[in-house]
Amino acid sequence: MTANDPRPDYSIIGKPMIRHDARDKVFGLTKYADDFIMHGALHAKVLRSQHPAARLLSVDTSVAEKMPGVHAVLTAKDVPCNETTSKFGQTHSAGGFEGLYRVLADGKVRYMGEAVALVAAETLEQAEHAVRAIRVDYEPLPGVFDPIEAMKPDAYRVGEEETNVVCTYKVRKGDADQAFGGADFVVENTYHVPFGDHAYLEPESGVAWIDEDGVITIRASTQVIEHFRDIAEIMKVPHNKVRVIAPMLGGGFGGKEDITVEAYLALLTNRTKRPVALTYTREESLLAHSKRHPYSMTYRTGATADGRLVAMEAELVSDAGGYVFLSPWVLLYSTVCATGPYKIPHVKVDSYAVLTNNTFTSAYRGFGAPQVCFAYELQMDELAAKLGLSPLEFRRRNYLHTGDETGTGHALQTAVRTEETAQQALAALGEPSRPRSSRERIGWGLASGMQSYGRLIYMHDSSRSFVGFELDGTVVVRCGVQDIGGGQASSLAQIAAEVLGVTMDDVTVYFGDTALTPLAGTTTATRQLYMSGNATLKAARAVRDELAEKAGEILGVSPERLELRDKTFHVLPAGEAGVSAAASGEDELQSGQLPLKDALKACASSGVPLGNLAQFNAPAREVGDVQNVQGQIFPDFTFGTHAAEVAVDVDTGQVQVLKFVASFDVGQAINRLSAEGQLEGGSVCGLGYALLEDLKLSGGKTLTSALDTYLVPTSMDSPDVVPIMIESGGGLGPFGAKGIGEPSSTSGAPAIVNAVADAIGIWITELPLTPERVLRALKAKEQGPGAPAGEHEGEVVQPAG
Amino acid sequence: MGRHSIAIGVNGQWMKAEVTALDTLLEVLRNRFGALDVKNGCGQGDCGVCTVLLDGVAVNSCLTLAVQADGREVTTLKGLGTPDDPHPLQESFLRHGAIQCGFCTSGMVLTAKALLDENPTPSREQIREGISGNLCRCTGYTKIVDAIEDVAGHPEGSGGRVR
Repeated sequence: MTANDPRPDYSIIGKPMIRHDARDKVFGLTKYADDFIMHGALHAKVLRSQHPAARLLSVDTSVAEKMPGVHAVLTAKDVPCNETTSKFGQTHSAGGFEGLYRVLADGKVRYMGEAVALVAAETLEQAEHAVRAIRVDYEPLPGVFDPIEAMKPDAYRVGEEETNVVCTYKVRKGDADQAFGGADFVVENTYHVPFGDHAYLEPESGVAWIDEDGVITIRASTQVIEHFRDIAEIMKVPHNKVRVIAPMLGGGFGGKEDITVEAYLALLTNRTKRPVALTYTREESLLAHSKRHPYSMTYRTGATADGRLVAMEAELVSDAGGYVFLSPWVLLYSTVCATGPYKIPHVKVDSYAVLTNNTFTSAYRGFGAPQVCFAYELQMDELAAKLGLSPLEFRRRNYLHTGDETGTGHALQTAVRTEETAQQALAALGEPSRPRSSRERIGWGLASGMQSYGRLIYMHDSSRSFVGFELDGTVVVRCGVQDIGGGQASSLAQIAAEVLGVTMDDVTVYFGDTALTPLAGTTTATRQLYMSGNATLKAARAVRDELAEKAGEILGVSPERLELRDKTFHVLPAGEAGVSAAASGEDELQSGQLPLKDALKACASSGVPLGNLAQFNAPAREVGDVQNVQGQIFPDFTFGTHAAEVAVDVDTGQVQVLKFVASFDVGQAINRLSAEGQLEGGSVCGLGYALLEDLKLSGGKTLTSALDTYLVPTSMDSPDVVPIMIESGGGLGPFGAKGIGEPSSTSGAPAIVNAVADAIGIWITELPLTPERVLRALKAKEQGPGAPAGEHEGEVVQPAG
Repeated sequence: MGRHSIAIGVNGQWMKAEVTALDTLLEVLRNRFGALDVKNGCGQGDCGVCTVLLDGVAVNSCLTLAVQADGREVTTLKGLGTPDDPHPLQESFLRHGAIQCGFCTSGMVLTAKALLDENPTPSREQIREGISGNLCRCTGYTKIVDAIEDVAGHPEGSGGRVR
């Protein structure tokens, strides 16, 4: 069996299946958030601050309130609980930090685009006119826009706290300071990565109404329906008076993990008692919703002459923007992953998240792992070059394997096949391309990554799923997953169908509704296949077992001898089923079968339940000191490697990715097409990070407020991605699956940057590698050491010798 | 502002509306004619999500004024094919897993249709160029190009198999 063959013992798991939601999507039938029209709905608009730092002296809504069609104009004083914290939507307290944010600006404005007031009117035009008629008196304040500046004791204070530093973490393993003395080669650099926008094609959107029994009901594009609790707290109503429904999302990537439109909609529908709809414009989405954290990262790594890593030291500073949101947790992920998939005896990491008056930053695909992966993977290549080893050989000598300890001292218990992923990735690049002109340089690069799937272990994560048969033999799954486009619901249908011996078409998945589907947690942290896949598997197996019991009674054999496939219970010979017929007095060779429908009828008439609600709990442990990061922090990691071939035009600085391979141990692919799609899409997300995406702010003002300035990869920027899947079966998910949603993107950017370095002999230490930046690097190299390198000191690194 | 009476053929059905000179085709299709299979991604002509065929030519409906479509025929995704009578491109997108979140799908499939109408046998590179005005944030484009390539040269569908 080659790595890419589906396992023969599954009927549909691991095969390329047409996703059950794809059919509606390709015929234009899917109702996204903005496609759900409520009769009599009002239209909402948000007034946003024009200043990144200011004191809010007064907000005069009197003119706006009297304008035609206007039903409500709300400011901070109208929000029952205006200050709240960004939580993860589950019950166990995370401890350590809570991310304060305000629903509407009050007192101090902390970033440009912060919401100041809300309007609901009969038409969108009327709402827009009313927003313009609100008079806000601001006293501009100096603000601070650079996290390094903001860390200084006398810096402008973004909030009311005594410091702008939101949180700090440290990792100490061995004695890094001393260990560097034993290193034959040391590299040290500072790396910079920019703000990023998720740029999902569906902007933030939703509609809300008051339903029966006074329940505030919000149908919105969200990755977290369990924000219903936060919304209830904002509204000061009991939790059971808020219902959130997540329809199919037009992309999430972390940007719909925090509340977007939901609280505004709840406030306006509650005030007007009318349905209210709100969809952000693209500009609003770029200006005002969360961004990926820019980081400044100083790394020092040492190795012995025989190519063994001895020590790594890292200092990470992230820009949290105007409010905390998920910055502490993003930074924690970075801190845990700071040393990558390598065995390093001595580790020292210090990390800081710092408030500024920039747009707030929070979750983004990779959640802090891509930033550090860029840094440590450039360090690896630089060290390999110093040692005269190939990038693969140097990494090969240092990859973690099962049983080894990560940087935080977590001894890995599951499959770690990074080396294999790297070998296969490199092999898949094939023969090097030839330069198409004298200006072109060809380079190869690779980068390996390590990223968790599942949430922080002290979150006590859980998910619930209901699986049941209808009397006609069709299956219903009810599970509160949010489907953000990755096939989160469809994979549950596939798992249920596999276990229950039906086709995927026989399964309907009801998802994403806090009133109707058992809560399954967030669609974030690459956790849904792992968590809700396991819950669904558990529920489906329980249903099958109940039915098998009854079928066994009817057929006169023990249930262990029954196999449910093709909508029929088949009696297996005792030997094949692995049970002893002699012990139970059964006929060893008895055969026979019972149609599923007959088993269902028999169960229904004798009171045997046809459904099961199961809960899956992730491994959990308490962490004493959150800030002193030690031991196991995540249930498990996904390991993989990207390899890239690039062509660099040395006259224009243009970088073109010619070949791109994503090679990952996925544990077990559930839907081969979906898994490949994740690897391909994640890779191109990494390509955007490497070459294009740069959300520019100047003095807190976003300069790239449209998709013609914030550039994401088009089909012309993207090569065919070659997905390679190793199926170790060693994951914690259903059938041994690992999560790949985020990991598939993490190592993409450094692979490309290392390939550029291979082509032109320069590691560029700041993303993205725009033509301007590449040309500057080439020029600096030409002028020799001492020449001005770029915007940041140490931007350009030349290989020694 | 003055009103204009316009009539637009939407998937073969003639629809009338009173519009202002500033109303876009996108607004009129979605908000007046209920054509919710046309999506709005940016409203500025940057993403291609709102692509429709206007007399067979792919246009960004957010940059097309409704009055410009007066007396003309618009095809949306629903007009291309239905579950009972799918267009080969729709079948191919399904078969190749070229759909993830699906928000770009409407514009992407229609752009592909216009591309194949103009050039029934495009190379992979020509397909990439042809869809370069339509952003996709999920798939990385590989499977979308596969899906279009599979139909190219096999306009009657049932072209290749899933790779």
